[in-house]
Amino acid sequence: MVKSFFPVNLAEAMAFCKQKNICPIAGGTDLMVRNHRGTGILPAFSANMLFTKNIAEMNVLRREDTQLFIGANTTLAQLIKWQYTPRLLRMALLEMAAPAVRNVGTLAGNICNASPAGDTLPPLYAMDAVVCLQAPAGKRELPIKDFITGPGKTVLHEDELLVGVKLPFLVLDNELVFYKKVAMRKAAAISKVSLAMRAIKKNGYIESVAVAIGAVGPVIVRLPAVEVLAAGKKALTQELLKNIYSEYDKAIRPIDDVRSTAAYRKRVAMNLLQHVYEHCIK
Amino acid sequence: MSKIKFILNGNAVELDVVPTMRLLDVLRNNLGLTGPKEGCGEGECGACSVLVDHQLVNSCIMPAGNVAGHEVITIEGFNKQSRYKKLADTFARAGAVQCGFCTPGMILAAEALLNEVPHPDEQQIRQAISGNLCRCTGYSMIVKAIKMAAEEGGGLW
Repeated sequence: MVKSFFPVNLAEAMAFCKQKNICPIAGGTDLMVRNHRGTGILPAFSANMLFTKNIAEMNVLRREDTQLFIGANTTLAQLIKWQYTPRLLRMALLEMAAPAVRNVGTLAGNICNASPAGDTLPPLYAMDAVVCLQAPAGKRELPIKDFITGPGKTVLHEDELLVGVKLPFLVLDNELVFYKKVAMRKAAAISKVSLAMRAIKKNGYIESVAVAIGAVGPVIVRLPAVEVLAAGKKALTQELLKNIYSEYDKAIRPIDDVRSTAAYRKRVAMNLLQHVYEHCIK
Repeated sequence: MSKIKFILNGNAVELDVVPTMRLLDVLRNNLGLTGPKEGCGEGECGACSVLVDHQLVNSCIMPAGNVAGHEVITIEGFNKQSRYKKLADTFARAGAVQCGFCTPGMILAAEALLNEVPHPDEQQIRQAISGNLCRCTGYSMIVKAIKMAAEEGGGLW
């Protein structure tokens, strides 16, 4: 028989995590669908359920100088309303799911779900988000790119909880952002391709560029070694652009699935890259 | 099984249910409230919409454990309020109800919107019902009904 536990703080949660076979659940908007069996039938969870919504430390939403801490229970709707939510992340949140799901689903859940099409992931990768993990043995922090290892796969240990997400908080006049989600319809759609871009320009010079592309591979594609090719430049020459696109061309390896084809995804991703490198940061 | 206590349509309830049971099944099967419908069963159609702490949620993907200590309103509770009477009136006059399957969810989505934004523009209305599918009306009559309720509902929201 599956047990359920409703800890009110991390210490209680950790005591529960010491048992094996734990499934943390916050809003449940992904987990309940994945474990759905039929009308009136108990969902197919086989692990002991750890309901996280009452864990005080995971309900924190805080700005500390130049850093944001987003507790793991923070819903997508709360983040849309929060005054400090970075613009790029808010752009993605506004196009994600529909109001009833956003009222319940969490940012942390979208990360742990680790879908290559996860809507918040490209902005989080572009902003170098860090995930904060807690296990009975101690805590650790990891860049999001090291946390997600494949579709539905993360390095989260069996007894570990994602307790929050750290994001840099920078108020910059010269920050350029771009987000595009390509999907069948505006609401409640899963991305065919998505792209998030964040760049800083100072005195006409490109200081930094971060481009993250979703749903074109097993994990979000971001190429820091290519991004730095644009750094320090005032304008990007045709030759440099050609080099940049050829690197992305090699790295982007989409698949055919129910939502789209590899060829379509590749073409749209390359078009979006051209748009950000030649228009957004021009 | 766990004891789960919450407020349902203004009354305290205490139930013995497995906390991972879908709120929709608890409402329909344990409590006999058939206003929330099962459409898609995966949080995409909004037929199962209810309000939890006055926020619109899909009861088909909400584990019952997550409403413990919270307030749930279904169409059966909302229909005693004057806000409901206004929405029911404008939905009828605008022709916003055909088969009726989406209507409890649509009315609660409208309530969730008007509760926060008493005078929404058309885009806000369309966004607010973007997770509620209707296969009969083509939406325009529903949008019109919500707009009429906002205009005529002086002081209700």
